Amino acid sequence: MEYLLHILILIGIYVILSVSLNLIAGYAGLLSIAHAAFYGVGAYVAALMALNLHSPFLVNVVCAVIFSGLLGALVGIPSLRIRDDYFVIATFAFQVIIFSVLNNWVSLTGGPMGLPGIPQPTFFGLKISSHVGFLLTIGFFCAVTLLITRRIVQSPFGRVLKAIREDEVFTQAAGKNIATYKVLVFVIGAGMAAVAGVMYAYYISFIDPTSFTVMESIFIISIVIIGGAGSLWGPVAGAVVLVLLPEILRFLGLPSSVAANVRQILYGGLLVAFMMWRPRGFLGKYAFQSGEASE
Amino acid sequence: MSSELLEVQQLEKSFDSIRALADFSCSLRQGEILGLVGPNGAGKTTLFNIISGFLAPDSGEAMFHGTNFIGLPPHRIAVAGIARTFQNLRLVRQLSVLDNVLLSFRNQPGERLGNVFFRWKTSKEQEAANRKEAISLLEEAGLAEKAHDPAEDLSYGQQKLLSLVYCLAAKGDLLLLDEPVAGIAPEMIEKILGIIRDLPNKGKSVILIEHNLDAVMQVCDRVIFMDAGAKVSEGTPEDVRNDPRVIEAYID
Repeated sequence: MEYLLHILILIGIYVILSVSLNLIAGYAGLLSIAHAAFYGVGAYVAALMALNLHSPFLVNVVCAVIFSGLLGALVGIPSLRIRDDYFVIATFAFQVIIFSVLNNWVSLTGGPMGLPGIPQPTFFGLKISSHVGFLLTIGFFCAVTLLITRRIVQSPFGRVLKAIREDEVFTQAAGKNIATYKVLVFVIGAGMAAVAGVMYAYYISFIDPTSFTVMESIFIISIVIIGGAGSLWGPVAGAVVLVLLPEILRFLGLPSSVAANVRQILYGGLLVAFMMWRPRGFLGKYAFQSGEASE
Repeated sequence: MSSELLEVQQLEKSFDSIRALADFSCSLRQGEILGLVGPNGAGKTTLFNIISGFLAPDSGEAMFHGTNFIGLPPHRIAVAGIARTFQNLRLVRQLSVLDNVLLSFRNQPGERLGNVFFRWKTSKEQEAANRKEAISLLEEAGLAEKAHDPAEDLSYGQQKLLSLVYCLAAKGDLLLLDEPVAGIAPEMIEKILGIIRDLPNKGKSVILIEHNLDAVMQVCDRVIFMDAGAKVSEGTPEDVRNDPRVIEAYID
């Protein structure tokens, strides 16, 4: 039972991560491999506040969201000048910088040793200590993330995001200040990813930099692409499938050293297969594309 | 300032060593339809790109409603009331026909993130009103039954028609139409020319680039013939058509 709840909690964390990345990459077409950086920043901000300031859970969530959102603006700004492949590289650089900071600023982050002993949170007066408690809390944040995302993508604001994905020049000619939209979508996406980070830190109660590497970013992108970029429920489906997949391998009785490698191969193979035969993913309506469609 | 809607003065633009616009000046009255003709590379599209803010001229001025707008970014110029189409037909191909038209409406409260969350009702009401107006624009153009299809499913001619409807939805005073009838079927040409001809009655002015001289003759009040970035001849459609330099350029 605990095992099942654990899997559901992980799915919940990846739903938040992939839905928020989908807003940036799937709707606005800004392919970013910096999402694990925002995830990590959220986790570290909350962990450090909980450990050093003993501040309440919700305060930590809010601070993590704000801090990560500001960093999101920082990544969004280069997207105004550089596009497509070059932008991907810029986000990659940001991801590497954040990892290096987490890994090397030993006095603050504990470096590779990480931060152990993150206390259990209290949410609306209730101490969350059981798996059920965490699952409900994460479920609550998943729902909030999905509601916010749905509101955005169904609004005229979301229509402009989709237009930016398809054709930036045309969108400017329609009188939209695309700079504002790009930066805002990064702020929102980064803020949501931070919530996933906060929940991860509290749930595992120990964090170290290896959870927030570029591989993690790529994993989140795989969820978005396989689930269906640019659709609301696509990343949810993707998160369920990609989190369950390695668990199924576990039941095949492979030794864990083999299973870990098979898992990587499976992810890679799946991604290639989807790009070749179903570029729009499980539930998507549009083929994934970053930047502008060629004329 | 004068009563001209648009006044372009001494625009100069070079790409490397090629002079795309050479000391080009022109003006446009309110309610006028001006045609730009000339061989490829004459600088017609360069002029459009400068007026819509996508290119900065090397020198020169351009006034819209009496204010110089050179140096403003494209979206500011678009909001100020200049709408344009593109020669290579830009549309948001994967969005529906209706969404393409809706995208063009300026000043939508729902495009501001704060309103999406905190003034949802205002945003929704405006969206509903815009939607109604967009549908009626599509009905006028005969595209209403395609409203929910993706724009890429339209025929080429219908896409050109849609880009015109899209400019109308912008409610600007000036429309820049880049080859509105090039490469489409005769009945669609008639339909599009009909809409363009009617634009001055709606208080709108038009500059159109077109290689189809018959179309230009039918709708334009005045025509400018350009070559190598400069104005070669200007006058009524008949004058320009009978200008030996124009005849020479089109026969060569």
